[in-house]
Amino acid sequence: MSPGSSISVSLKINGRDHEFSAPACDTLLDVLRDKLGMTGTKKGCDMGACGACTVLADGRRIKSCLALAASYDGRSITTIEGIGTLNNLHPLQAAFIRHDALQCGYCTPGQILSGLALLDEKPADLEAIREGMSGNLCRCGAHPNIVAAIAEVAGL
Amino acid sequence: MSGPSFRYSRVANAHDALIQASRPGTAFLAGGTDLLQLWKAGAIAPAAVVDISRLPLDHVEFVDGRLSLGALARLSDVASHLDVTRYHPLIARAILASASGQIRNMATVGGNLLQRTRCAYFRKEGLACNKRTPGCGCGALAGENRQAALFGASASCVATHPSDLAVALTALDAEVEVFGAEGQRRFPLRDLYRLPAETPERDTHLAAGELVTGINIPNATRFAARSTYLKIRDRASFEFAVVSVAAVLHIENGRIVEAGLAAGGVAPLPWRLTRSEAVLVGRAPDARAIAAAGDMAIEHARPLDHNGFKITLLRNAVIRALQTIGGQP
Repeated sequence: MSPGSSISVSLKINGRDHEFSAPACDTLLDVLRDKLGMTGTKKGCDMGACGACTVLADGRRIKSCLALAASYDGRSITTIEGIGTLNNLHPLQAAFIRHDALQCGYCTPGQILSGLALLDEKPADLEAIREGMSGNLCRCGAHPNIVAAIAEVAGL
Repeated sequence: MSGPSFRYSRVANAHDALIQASRPGTAFLAGGTDLLQLWKAGAIAPAAVVDISRLPLDHVEFVDGRLSLGALARLSDVASHLDVTRYHPLIARAILASASGQIRNMATVGGNLLQRTRCAYFRKEGLACNKRTPGCGCGALAGENRQAALFGASASCVATHPSDLAVALTALDAEVEVFGAEGQRRFPLRDLYRLPAETPERDTHLAAGELVTGINIPNATRFAARSTYLKIRDRASFEFAVVSVAAVLHIENGRIVEAGLAAGGVAPLPWRLTRSEAVLVGRAPDARAIAAAGDMAIEHARPLDHNGFKITLLRNAVIRALQTIGGQP
């Protein structure tokens, strides 16, 4: 394989199979957004710090900007497009609205995906939610409301 | 933001990994959390990436008091493993103090131990760094060196090692398993790393293409009740250590029989505090013994312009860590 050549990748995204070829050095984030047109997953820092690109891989939250798409060949990916619908929001999405857990909304898809994975980890208290969400930054400063929304769904 | 393109191949066994990696300019990909950052930042430019993430090296096993961690075990899986939380809480604590939930789901044990320094001069293309571009000078030496090493540095490099897990494993006398052209070998983790001297571009004693396959902690469960990882950082979460201390004690009849102490954020490798350990053995864990261990920890510290505060911080962190575990029943 010569540098820059494409390789074939198959991913199950939100339950649907996708097969495509992409440059070997493309990240999962770039493939989702630019190749597959699924722009719900956001690019913030592109260096693993901000969490805007958070998706689930086989149910576990990861940063798609630090994931080579090729390395996730055959894996099952969940993005914000697979969570709730306009008429039937996921309970965490509804809680975000009730708690005013966003302002500009850019970080929200990553916050929701990260929050969903954290709920699976069963955080014990508010401190565990704050700590567990430290990989998702909100430049608008909605962190207290994000924690409150997740806490409500967690039953805390 | 991305670096120059590279060839990609995925290998199914360690032999294939070795063959692929024997070509110059090849990098191993495991969790990718450090490799992709380095590549995007221009700190590395591999011609080929060999994906080892599917090698069968992700075990976490506890048998007869011996903990074995596969090099490809995810940090989150190690930290939540019941035998780790029960018999090696220090390891779980150090991991949970590292990075974020997402990164811990991706990052592997081997990758964590081999992650490169967070020194801004290394990570930022265009700044002087002998580790990135040998011979071009160390910008941190007379520049922004608040994070720089107090021990083990050289005129060529003052960067620190960023791993929390490596500090905990050093205090526990872990050994590392590697696989290379010469076959399998096993040695103390502290011998994996090398001081920068005149060749800071090499972080470890691994031969080219040699693969870390796992970590063993032969017998350290006696420390389970008295162990702690104290990490001092600029914010409460998702940040590298300014100073960290891993401390374990084994106390019998009110006397310290064994002590394991290592510090992070202060040296180019996890820094074993052997003199502090020695001063504790045979004594009760009282205020005088603990203060003596704190004093010993900072002997021979060599600060630069902006990191002198870390000397007091290290002394006090050692004291606080020992206070935390010295008084437990």
